[in-house]
Amino acid sequence: MTNALTAKKLDLYYGDFHALKNVNLAIAPKKITALIGPSGCGKSTLLRVFNRMNELIAGVKITGEVKIFGRTMNKINLLELRKSVGMVFQRPNPFPLTIYDNVIYGLRIHGISKKDILDETAFTSLTSVGLWNDLKDRLKENALKLSGEQQQRLCIARLIALKSDILLMDEPCSALDPIATARIEELMQDLKENYTIVIVTHNMQQAARVSEECGFMLLGELVEFGNTDRIFTAPSDKRTEDYITGRYG
Amino acid sequence: MRISPAITQRLAKGVLILATISALGVLIFVIGFVLAGGFRHISWSFLTEPILDMGRGGGILPAIAGTILMVFVAIGIAAPLGIASSIYLAEYTEEGRVTQTIRFGINCLAGVPSIIFGLFGFILFVVILGFGWSIISGGFSLAAMILPTIIRTSEEALRSVPKNYRDVAASLGATRWQVVTRSVLPYALPGILTGVILGIGRSIEETAVVIFTAGSAVQMPKSLFDSARTMAVHFYILAREGISNENAYATAAILICTILIINVFAYSLMHRLMRGKS
Ligand SMILES: Nc1ncnc2c1ncn2[C@@H]1O[C@H](COP(=O)(O)OP(=O)(O)OP(=O)(O)O)[C@@H](O)[C@H]1O
Ligand SMILES: [Mg+2]
Repeated sequence: MTNALTAKKLDLYYGDFHALKNVNLAIAPKKITALIGPSGCGKSTLLRVFNRMNELIAGVKITGEVKIFGRTMNKINLLELRKSVGMVFQRPNPFPLTIYDNVIYGLRIHGISKKDILDETAFTSLTSVGLWNDLKDRLKENALKLSGEQQQRLCIARLIALKSDILLMDEPCSALDPIATARIEELMQDLKENYTIVIVTHNMQQAARVSEECGFMLLGELVEFGNTDRIFTAPSDKRTEDYITGRYG
Repeated sequence: MRISPAITQRLAKGVLILATISALGVLIFVIGFVLAGGFRHISWSFLTEPILDMGRGGGILPAIAGTILMVFVAIGIAAPLGIASSIYLAEYTEEGRVTQTIRFGINCLAGVPSIIFGLFGFILFVVILGFGWSIISGGFSLAAMILPTIIRTSEEALRSVPKNYRDVAASLGATRWQVVTRSVLPYALPGILTGVILGIGRSIEETAVVIFTAGSAVQMPKSLFDSARTMAVHFYILAREGISNENAYATAAILICTILIINVFAYSLMHRLMRGKS
């Protein structure tokens, strides 16, 4: 099976600052892959490479090769790429619009305006993130009234509505309490049937709980990448071991 | 000797209250004075009759028409131009030397006395482009005068929209234009409107620019190429040349009411927009 995401000799500079150093990795489809590492090591930066969000920042330079399902990333139309590689941000960030308008926001952007398609998509997306039953009578309410967990689910539904293939999640639970976190993790397990998920997390238990594969980053380098259980039980690099056992970071 | 914090606190509060009361007091006195002097002379015919005998008699209909037309021309040009420039500055350019220079220039222009815009409009529109003293020349010159204000307030409004609205929309595959129109403009609208309304207010109040570029004809304008006076100019001429104190006050009262009405309307509009969005 082709990998969902691959990077070869990937280097990224913010101006003069070398933020990603010779990163090589292959992310398998329909699995959950976690990226861990101390603050500032480049996890978010790496994640943003995959939907080209770094390009919104002035002075960014990227070299190397990135492929999405075997296709060279830069040859894919940017808007199509963003549609198929969706991002869930750290802070839940629905627009101050109705719940309904939030779910179908992406569809409208991509020119879909038929009411029955929009309604159908709202139903399927909200169902797959487990919000439909709670919210079906409140679709016209402002999304900002929802709890943090519901907002984060709504943001995931927004991507599902677009039929994204890959979900990039940058610390999706760091603004949530433990119970909400556990429920989002459950949702991720459900979603992995159909989606490739890459999650950045500061929480090592979370990485161990949810992911099958795991990458450890340090100072812009991908130090180690592989099966999560192996990384957590028998890391091959001394630096990974130090981090996992809590010796720094 | 050290004064206790409780006393300084009371003192400070007292001084601040006094300052507020006197500021408001002066304002209310001025407005009340004009309105009281003016309302006695306002009648339906004053609003609907032509200006007679240079303003000693008749009404002020031509001045009302002149005001409305000139403000429409000015806003019709300055609002789209200004909003477009602010979108370009805030959304389409990287912050750098060029934008800083442009912004510095705009700030300077915003501080230029209006008479300079009058002179500029006179040379460019009245003489070089040959529009003569006309509503067109006046409107264009007023547009130039309020453009910097509109650009500045709109840009600030755009910049105050949270950055993550842009990021989220972009991450969902929106083009730059979609990001601007769907995820930024709706939230910046109240602020942008504030700038436009400030512009309308300044155009209505302005005298120097209008006298230089639109002249001060008392006849009813028949086209945009006719000379006309605005209410502010009419008031200025009546008062300055001692033509009719009563009619000057009456005009001033109407001017003040117009500004009040515009502000009330604007506030309720903004209120409605804000409530819809957050
Ligand atoms: N826009 C930017 N301009 C310049 N440098 C940046 C920018 N964004 C990030 N960096 C730098 O790149 C490095 C990696 O940042 P990144 O946000 O990817 O780290 P991270 O691993 O996600 O950290 P955290 O765990 O705190 O979120 C940091 O040293 C950071 O200072
Ligand atoms: Mg980060």
